[in-house]
Amino acid sequence: MFNAELVGVHVGNKNEQKVVALEKLLNEADALQKPFNAIWQGGKPVDVILQTCTKQNIDLLILGAIQQENLFKYYVGSIARKITRKAPCSVLLLIKPSVERVICKHIIVNGLKDLKTEETIKTSIFISKKLNCKKLTIVEEIKQEEIHVEVNDDRSLRKVNIVKERIKNREDRRVKNILKDVDCDSLSINTQSIFGKRGYSIGHYAKVKRADLLIMNAPTKLGLLDRIFPHDLEYILSELPTDVLIVK
Amino acid sequence: MKKKNTFKTFVSDIPKNLFSGFVVSLIALPLGLGLALASGAPPISGIIAAIVGGTVVSLIGGSNVTITGPGNGLVVVILAAITTLGNGDMHQGFLFTLAAIVISGILLIILGFLRMGSLGDFFPSSAIQGMLAAIGIGIFAKQIHVMFGNTSVKGSIIQLLIKVPEGIINLIKTDNSSMFYAGLVGIVSLLIMIFYSKIRNRYFQLIPAPMWIVVLSVGMYYYFDVFAAAEYPIDKSILINLPDNILSNFAFPDFSKVYELSFINAVISITLIASIESLLSIKAVDKLDPLKRRSNVNKDIKALGLATVISGFFGGLNVVTVIARSSVNVNNNGSNRSANFFHASFLVAFILLFATELRKIPLPALAAILVFTGYKLASPDNIKKVFKVGKEQLYIFLITLFTTIATSLITGILVGILVTFIIHIIINKNANLFFKNVLKPNVLMFKEDDIYYVSVKNFSSFLNYTKLKSKLNQIPETEEAIIDFSLCDFVDDSVMENMSNYAQSFARKGGHLEVIGLDDSKSISNHPFSLRKIMPKQINQINKVLTKRQKSIEKISEEMHWKYDAFSAQEMEELPTFGYFKTREISKVTNVLSNKDCTIFDAHFSEGKMIAKQTIKATMLHIHTQKNIPNFTLDKEGIFEYILDFAGYKDINIDKHSDFSKRFYLSGKNEEKIRAFFTDELILFFESNKQYHIEASKNGLLIIGDERLASVKEMKALAYFGIGLEKTL
Repeated sequence: MFNAELVGVHVGNKNEQKVVALEKLLNEADALQKPFNAIWQGGKPVDVILQTCTKQNIDLLILGAIQQENLFKYYVGSIARKITRKAPCSVLLLIKPSVERVICKHIIVNGLKDLKTEETIKTSIFISKKLNCKKLTIVEEIKQEEIHVEVNDDRSLRKVNIVKERIKNREDRRVKNILKDVDCDSLSINTQSIFGKRGYSIGHYAKVKRADLLIMNAPTKLGLLDRIFPHDLEYILSELPTDVLIVK
Repeated sequence: MKKKNTFKTFVSDIPKNLFSGFVVSLIALPLGLGLALASGAPPISGIIAAIVGGTVVSLIGGSNVTITGPGNGLVVVILAAITTLGNGDMHQGFLFTLAAIVISGILLIILGFLRMGSLGDFFPSSAIQGMLAAIGIGIFAKQIHVMFGNTSVKGSIIQLLIKVPEGIINLIKTDNSSMFYAGLVGIVSLLIMIFYSKIRNRYFQLIPAPMWIVVLSVGMYYYFDVFAAAEYPIDKSILINLPDNILSNFAFPDFSKVYELSFINAVISITLIASIESLLSIKAVDKLDPLKRRSNVNKDIKALGLATVISGFFGGLNVVTVIARSSVNVNNNGSNRSANFFHASFLVAFILLFATELRKIPLPALAAILVFTGYKLASPDNIKKVFKVGKEQLYIFLITLFTTIATSLITGILVGILVTFIIHIIINKNANLFFKNVLKPNVLMFKEDDIYYVSVKNFSSFLNYTKLKSKLNQIPETEEAIIDFSLCDFVDDSVMENMSNYAQSFARKGGHLEVIGLDDSKSISNHPFSLRKIMPKQINQINKVLTKRQKSIEKISEEMHWKYDAFSAQEMEELPTFGYFKTREISKVTNVLSNKDCTIFDAHFSEGKMIAKQTIKATMLHIHTQKNIPNFTLDKEGIFEYILDFAGYKDINIDKHSDFSKRFYLSGKNEEKIRAFFTDELILFFESNKQYHIEASKNGLLIIGDERLASVKEMKALAYFGIGLEKTL
């Protein structure tokens, strides 16, 4: 569909049985435009996959993942998540892979005030066109702290709502600016501002809206400290709301 | 410009606030004396708390119609503090306790600055109910003996309760005439408290029940003094004790025990109860506010803290927001903070002018007021209500109740929280749900097509309710909001109760709040507050057997070709728009008779809170008028209206009909429109028919006969009146 070469990575030793199984799988799927390139290699899964990514100059890594991590795995890290955190390329996490491709109807993309956001939004528009997705929502998450006013009584409530409205308009303008020079006629693009914890609320929103794909910026760097005090992407990773694409 | 207007309304509202402040001071005087006595403190300390509280909080507080003063929740805590800190010496114990009060006031100020005023939100509602009931039982157990004229009984709460029958027998058999008469005064006073609300005579109701008790008992003294030959039979030791020179004899706090554990313990319990009681009251009073304002809770807590510090230094008790007195304030048309101030001023006047008379009040009379208060806090109705929510709530309630009685308040509430949490885990069979998600920001709010949408994830219980609350508080109550719990695995009863409160306040201010996503969840009971259960507006008891009255109503409905329903949801929604229901909470609308535009129904509503609470059932007629009518109130003219007239209300007189103007009291905002509305024909109709209380709003006309259920005959008369009126319009 994207006119790209598909590289399959299997961690483990190559044997007849597995090859047959894989062949069968490929035959069932739609024919590929470019030959399938299978790589068989032993070793630690995380390392192998990451290495392959660099070696083969991979643009997009596709992984299957379970929806929720338990407490132990959350800190130690499952394979999929480890890779996501370290991968040099964009990563697509699938939580509900199915044989029949489910038509992608609604894509949600983050619109944070960040350098990468412009790229992410453009990518998401590109993908929506490719996937024939009609609806794209750009979500601006606004931190509670940005409001500065606390709700105490009717007067401060009014003030808070004015401030919110102002921030919302500002964010909308910013996103519109990005969209200005992108061709997006075939799409209906909405913007939505939500107030809440960054990263967490967008996942929550995606779940509420039953979005089919959530597209996020890649974080700058994530250490263990970020996992203990989770923010942004870590929230999404700890509780995948839907399929997630992380753009790098 | 706007400022000037608010100032103008403030000035024009002064007369009615003066009036309501006066009525409140009538109830605050005996309550202040009584609460202080029950706490084991000198009676004057309660009055000091009310005076300081009323002054300070009215000047810098953040709420509007609340009344502040000594609270009944604190009685038990302060009594315990005085006994433990004083080691038997009540006076020294009181001085130590004053120090604890001062420090708890400082803590309250800090809590206010840290915006932790919502401390009460962290406690599950059943546990708080249990704690309050325990306080009620504590007050009841101690005061019932005083009420029987015996001030010397000592022991733990349980021991005191066991001694109650003994106390009654003692009273009957006693040969001590002082004790016998004192007990008699106590019992009569209790009867006044109980039957006060049954008498709906407005001249009688003008003076609150506690004041009647004071007036009657002081009157009795003078009867013996002036007319009767016999000596006043009650011994001086059972009369109230006020210092000879009230202005100079202030007790001063003694800070020498500050570092002791028992002192710190006292400070914590006083602060905890003070903040919980104030918060519950502020929230409840906001629901009664006729102008539907929102209180600034944290500002109020700060003001209460400061008032407590000052009161402590002058030898007064804690200052908290009190619900019973506040509701009296609202019912007497108090509209801003000046009412609280005037209440304090009147108290100063009373205590200075009538000190000699006040010394004549027998303690049992005051104890009777407290017995009634205690009973109201722990009344079986409350337990029934908790039980209806679910069996597990009753466990929480009872465990908290008994732990509190057997140990202390702090242990009680901690055990209550723990038990609630354990029960939640057992119900879910999953502790992980709570531990994993408790810190996550589980509430998402966004605005879409002008509707606020709030989605809650994982679980929602008293543990993380503040997160939901802070989001909900950001929605103006005039808007539409949807709360979606469909991503929640568990919603507890505290949250459900709060949601229903929010729904109510949204409905009051013209907005709408709806809870969705609980349809397919299982619930423990069919009560609306039950764990994870959707809320119906009204519980319909369709299969209930009809009473005789209901049957006869059904019969006349057939005769008149009207429709009869047992319940009406529509009226429940429209009634709150009438001015009459601004300060009254409607609980149910039953026995609805209706034709096309007229509806006759029984409304069940309550007025006031706590000891001032009166549940009233009254029959009313609601006409949905075709044309627009201006808002007005029409009433019988009487002496009562002259008082109101004095307090800032205006009677609109219609020139051509002096007879009508003399007999009817007509008031409303838009005078011109009202004059135009009252045509000659309409006035003639009103003149020739029975006089009812009539109110008009955008939803039509509300016609009320007497404030009680009407007989079948009266209902018929009301119906014909309605038909006639509709024709005239």
